[in-house]
Amino acid sequence: MNTSIDFCGAKFPNPTVLASGILGVIGDSLKNVAEIGAGGVTSKSVWLERHEGHKNPTMMGSEHFYINAVGLPDGGIDKAREELGKYLEWKNSQPEGKRVPLIGNIVAGTIADFENIAGQMAEIGPDIIEVNISCPNVEDEFGRPFACVTADAAEVTRIVKSVSKNIPVAIKLSPNVANIGEIAAACEKQGADAITAVNTFGPGMVIDIDTAEPILANKVGGVSGPGIKPLAVKRVWDVAQAVSIPVIGMGGVLTGRDVIEFMMAGASLVGIGAGVFYRGSEIFSDVMLEVEEWMKENGVKDLSEVIGKAVKYGIGCRG
Amino acid sequence: MKNDIPKVLKIAEVRDENPTVKTYVFRSYDLGAKPGQFVNLWMPRVDEKPFSVSYCDKDEFWLTIAAVGDFTRKLRDEFSVGDKLGVRGPYGKGYTIPEGKKIALLAGGYGAAPLYFVAQEAVKKGCTVEFIVGARNKDLLLYLDRIDQAEGMNLYIATDDGSSGEQGYNTQILERLIGDVDIVMTCGPEIMMRAAMDICDKAGKPIEVSIERYMKCGSGVCGNCCVDGLGVPVCTKGPVMLGSEARKIKGLAEFHRDNVGFKVVW
Repeated sequence: MNTSIDFCGAKFPNPTVLASGILGVIGDSLKNVAEIGAGGVTSKSVWLERHEGHKNPTMMGSEHFYINAVGLPDGGIDKAREELGKYLEWKNSQPEGKRVPLIGNIVAGTIADFENIAGQMAEIGPDIIEVNISCPNVEDEFGRPFACVTADAAEVTRIVKSVSKNIPVAIKLSPNVANIGEIAAACEKQGADAITAVNTFGPGMVIDIDTAEPILANKVGGVSGPGIKPLAVKRVWDVAQAVSIPVIGMGGVLTGRDVIEFMMAGASLVGIGAGVFYRGSEIFSDVMLEVEEWMKENGVKDLSEVIGKAVKYGIGCRG
Repeated sequence: MKNDIPKVLKIAEVRDENPTVKTYVFRSYDLGAKPGQFVNLWMPRVDEKPFSVSYCDKDEFWLTIAAVGDFTRKLRDEFSVGDKLGVRGPYGKGYTIPEGKKIALLAGGYGAAPLYFVAQEAVKKGCTVEFIVGARNKDLLLYLDRIDQAEGMNLYIATDDGSSGEQGYNTQILERLIGDVDIVMTCGPEIMMRAAMDICDKAGKPIEVSIERYMKCGSGVCGNCCVDGLGVPVCTKGPVMLGSEARKIKGLAEFHRDNVGFKVVW
């Protein structure tokens, strides 16, 4: 049984990827998640300079949803160079097949800063650079996310590609648009090597009725978790049909069946973020056991066979 | 069912512990915390911060809080009986309390509060407790009367300036007692806990320590409290861990990390 996925020239031992913003503050934490069994790990969004983020509460969850407005706190590119460098050194010391690729996520408030940060991230040398143009939690600082305007998303893609050297670039899109397929296609046209879909929904809000106060310090936050899974699957489906580059799909993945569902919608890799809240960091190994069980039951020998299965023709009902 | 949203409770009672520390009592709520666990305390429009639980039963729990920062000074100055605060948790792993053993508790400063909760549960389980407290001076000590008056607990005091108990570090008392105890549990400055780990290693005794880091989510999600070396978030894999595990933390008693993950020297 083969669960490895070739993605933009990197070999992922399995399709599960630690999503950006989860357990990604230090290199040793990424290593721990890789050792647990993630197929890939993504750093927190890295800024050029130190960025404070919001006051607490920054996140909370119920059985149906997770909501966060962490506000992309980060120590800046110099800290990332040290921490991601430490991870890459460990990764490269592992035997082939056990090297868990690193996705270096970057963020900036202006096109010029994207050029600068992308160039510096390329020097660090992750397997893929993921460009966060879709965080809904820094709108007060930077206005509407670039991912919500087709021309802006395309322009960021163009500028990042101009400095990313040979490192593949994935653009992380927002689901909070009417035309995600069109935006994805515009990024592809400017040279994007992959699309990550999707960032959190909303923004949403939770109000405490005993004090009549919004609970998140930022008042509003991006919504993820099991409740948004069908919405995310549809966005991945739309993106996969609009582009021919591969897709990292995510949104409310809790189980092995969820991973396969996203792959059938067209994702080659599947991100797990809020799932860590529901099942702990062991979710990566647990989910892959579930995937392998499903593969065995259904006689699937190579997991990459299921990518886009629902988009192309479906498996059908006949025994 | 997973639910991690602040529950708003009214402060039922406020007790003065020493010039900077107060205990806030919340009643008619079954928090279900074990000794060593913590909660996140939400002050609407201000912030949310983690605090260890200093007592908990089916009807009430206590949070013993020193006014040392913006949040805690606001709490001291503006909050009293009847005011509302949000609580969520309990989070993390607590201390492992055995039955019928001789336990030494080593508290540095505010660490006496959560260890008092340990002591109470330990006595209920038939343990004897050697409760060693230490601080820079007598004004920073707390819970002395409660410990002194409790059955099954012996109190030992050390202060840096000798203003209460013996002069010097509390670890020198632990060194004298270590031969007669089965297990040590400690809470306080990391440098003190590391010294206690050395004493226990030498004597071949197990120790549990409580590792404090900048925490946000309490759920092992955000990664802000992940420690170097182990790579795990201490909000879920700690805060209490075996000394043998804490040894694997790189930079133990040397540095921690701030709200954006930057290294800060202790």
